[in-house]
Amino acid sequence: MQPTSHLFRENSRAELANGTLQAALGMAKTGFPLRRQAAVARLPEFEALREAGRAIKDHVLDNLDFYLERYERHVVAAGGQVHWARTAEEARDRIVEICRSVGAKTVAKGKSMVAEEIALNDHLEKNGIAPIETDLGEYIIQLRHEPPSHIIAPAMHLLKGQVADTFRAAHRDLDPARPLDEPRTLCDEAREVLRPRFLAADVGITGANFLVAETGSGIIVTNEGNGDLTQTLPRVHIVMTSIEKVVPTLEDAATLLRLLARSATGQEFSSYTTISTGPRRPGDRDGPEQYHVVLLDNGRSAMLGTEFQDMLRCIRCSACMNHCPVYAAIGGHAYGWVYPGPMGAVLTPTLIGLAEAGHLPNASTFCGRCESVCPVKIPLPKMMRHWREREFAQRLSPPVYRGGLRLWGWVARRPALYRAMTGITARAMGLVGGRRGRFRSLPLASGWSLVRDMPAPQGRTFHSLWAERQKRRPAP
Amino acid sequence: MSEARNAILARIREARGRGPLSAETARQLEERVTAHRRNLVPRRAAALDRAGQVDLFVAMAEEVQTSVARVASAAAVPEAVARYLASENLPAELVMAPDPTLDAYPWNEWPMLAIRRAAAAAGDAVSLTPCLAAIAETGTLMLTSGPERPTTLNFLPDTHIVVLRAAQVVACYEDGWDLLRAAKAEGLPRTVNLITGPSRTGDIEQRIQLGAHGPRRLHIILVEEERVAGDGEAEEPGGHLGGR
Amino acid sequence: MTRRVALFVTCLVDLFRPVVGFAAIALLERAGCTVAVPRAQTCCGQPAYNSGDRPDAKALALQVIAAFEDYDYVVAPSGSCAGMIRVHYPELFTDDAAALERARRLAARTYELVSFLVDVCGVEAVEARWGRRATYHDACSGLRELGVKRQPRALLDSVAGLQMTELPGAETCCGFGGTFCVKYPAISDKMVSDKVADIAATDADAVLAGDLGCLLNIAGKLSRLGCAIEARHVAEVLAGMADEIPAIGAPG
Repeated sequence: MQPTSHLFRENSRAELANGTLQAALGMAKTGFPLRRQAAVARLPEFEALREAGRAIKDHVLDNLDFYLERYERHVVAAGGQVHWARTAEEARDRIVEICRSVGAKTVAKGKSMVAEEIALNDHLEKNGIAPIETDLGEYIIQLRHEPPSHIIAPAMHLLKGQVADTFRAAHRDLDPARPLDEPRTLCDEAREVLRPRFLAADVGITGANFLVAETGSGIIVTNEGNGDLTQTLPRVHIVMTSIEKVVPTLEDAATLLRLLARSATGQEFSSYTTISTGPRRPGDRDGPEQYHVVLLDNGRSAMLGTEFQDMLRCIRCSACMNHCPVYAAIGGHAYGWVYPGPMGAVLTPTLIGLAEAGHLPNASTFCGRCESVCPVKIPLPKMMRHWREREFAQRLSPPVYRGGLRLWGWVARRPALYRAMTGITARAMGLVGGRRGRFRSLPLASGWSLVRDMPAPQGRTFHSLWAERQKRRPAP
Repeated sequence: MSEARNAILARIREARGRGPLSAETARQLEERVTAHRRNLVPRRAAALDRAGQVDLFVAMAEEVQTSVARVASAAAVPEAVARYLASENLPAELVMAPDPTLDAYPWNEWPMLAIRRAAAAAGDAVSLTPCLAAIAETGTLMLTSGPERPTTLNFLPDTHIVVLRAAQVVACYEDGWDLLRAAKAEGLPRTVNLITGPSRTGDIEQRIQLGAHGPRRLHIILVEEERVAGDGEAEEPGGHLGGR
Repeated sequence: MTRRVALFVTCLVDLFRPVVGFAAIALLERAGCTVAVPRAQTCCGQPAYNSGDRPDAKALALQVIAAFEDYDYVVAPSGSCAGMIRVHYPELFTDDAAALERARRLAARTYELVSFLVDVCGVEAVEARWGRRATYHDACSGLRELGVKRQPRALLDSVAGLQMTELPGAETCCGFGGTFCVKYPAISDKMVSDKVADIAATDADAVLAGDLGCLLNIAGKLSRLGCAIEARHVAEVLAGMADEIPAIGAPG
């Protein structure tokens, strides 16, 4: 998808004024955190598991070449094929090649954020192959020609009435007078409509939450069962995934799985956690005949050994955005690309560049809630700060801020001058605002005063009052 | 694509400030994999005795809308299936995994149950399968694919019934991994399904709906009897797995 | 043994609300500390640091370190400034061993005011009276960088005549975030509006917090909405000085 991250300010203003979005966000804002909190409270070892998860991921990143090669050997030993892709383009081309090689007309898709990242659907369509999203949320937004607004709940920006309208417009052969008021009926309709498409699809594409080096397996974590139907019914199963997903053993996967569902939805475990290894075995009555893994780099290896390496620990749980007050105010589309919220703020500039995505790491108060709920302890605010450092060094930030801050720093390094200037400012502002106690407008800071009053200073600085008091007192 | 492969591996090594790993380091990493040592395992189930683990499994499964019927012996299984279908107003017909462990139940004592042993087809409403193990920690069933256990049975029909013996309940996922490794020397089956409740979605206004694409109902018939005639030697009463 | 404390005033207290500094001194002295106010202090460097200007941040940090390193403790009536010194100064000097050592030593003895009183001085109650129904906002840095949560509530419980009511979403950011509130004013406005709505829903007459940045933001919104709820720094109330001076943003 074409990024609009450079329009973040405009996007976010529009989203703040979007009534249906704000109603939808209101539902999620308390729901996700409460559910996660309840799940965490039930597991005394949760904090220790976060540390264990972090350690596993860091160990893998230190030895990524070993684990990827080991993983590949075991995929091949199980009868599968591994395709390495440096870029989004290589990945897309590879997938089209595989589809062409089996004469595929339709592709069923389980949810995959990596597939979004490489804009796979558009490319398939351009090549005469029809992709059908099967995850309910992804199916809804596919019909609406919208991108996902959340990494695990793609349609969370919509109200049920909007979904109903979309289904009425898309499912034309159904009775127009049918009631579609309740999520139950919408869900049933999607199940009915999508069932034959699973059965007819030539190729199934899923993502992978984890890749297991020990066994050459991919693990998907879902609740609907669409991922399982997608990878079981068609003749070909393609796993579209990325290089940092590999973990050493099933035991390591278990540790991370204990963190994932609890951090994401507050579930103890997802309804379906599926470990797949290679194609069908001799004698199996179902399962794909071919198993392909497309391993994408697309900028991830470039993060290793840099101040952004820790971002590669991410297990795509969405806890950060579920707890972010900025995300809660504007939703995911405002971020302008595939990955929203705090993890998107760190990852997006790596993948599409700071010039395009610079607003994202700037639009944070560093409240730190994201880091406090990240199951693998990624220091998200710290990395957003690193992006700001790069911007500062490259002079990408707006001159008025750069200039203002440098002036502040220059004065602050000269205490005597600072005292004099603050003394004048305090008196002036105190005089003007004193009686009413506040200012309604601040000419140089309309960003503040358009929506807030500015409280007036007391009128004297602390240091000047203190100096006076010291003169009156004997020295200690 | 080996050009891409080499380029990616080279970039990874360059980022780490080294060339390929030394033989010694590779040996150590390989050892870490083949030893597959457990990380921290929560005490929740591991600290319980067998009966406690079975009860915990049932409680956790019921929490996620799995229904569980406990029967005393293998002989009671076909009746339990028939009763369940009747109580849900479902016709007495099902597609069953052609797995030998299901032969142990006296199906021909309930001829009114129409049973087809096959993979699931589009029109099947009810399936019945065995499982490899049940994980008490979160009420999770572990099912493996195989010639006699087609995966479609777990996902296509609206109702999925699983027959579970109490001896198959284990404490944690790691106990399940050990069973997988013991079952097949040459690697995992095509699919290992960890199933925790029926299919569901919260994609519309965060309200949970059961039966998104997979089964709307998951029903477990739990046979308390420790040993069942026709059992393989893999199960022992009380379990035999390390780490307990 | 008397604790020798150096007060880190903070630029906002200095410019906007000196009473907070005097309240801090009173509380520290009553807890048996001697308090000095080093003259060469201006700003902790947060604005530069959070804007990516490491050079200026380092220069200001070195100034602070030099001014404060001879005292037993550094105490600030602000979680964000104390957090800057305690958590972030060491991060600024990872490539300078000598400066890093000085930064670490200073960090280890730097505290936010209320957590210093409770955790270090062992204060369990204050002698103050303030007849209000109030609620407390947890400023983010104090909460998440320094663990300030229980301590202000414990001391406020001891204020005679004061009824505290817990704020729903107390831990949710108010939308100040330093330059964030002027760079992304529409988002900041939504956040502070939500915060003010939460405060109003508690039926409290007053909102308290430990950081003046949050309080200026919240008070500014309350005032723009014509809401009579008072905003004050927790130190003013604990020191019994709340009746000496109008609330933040209130008429003189």
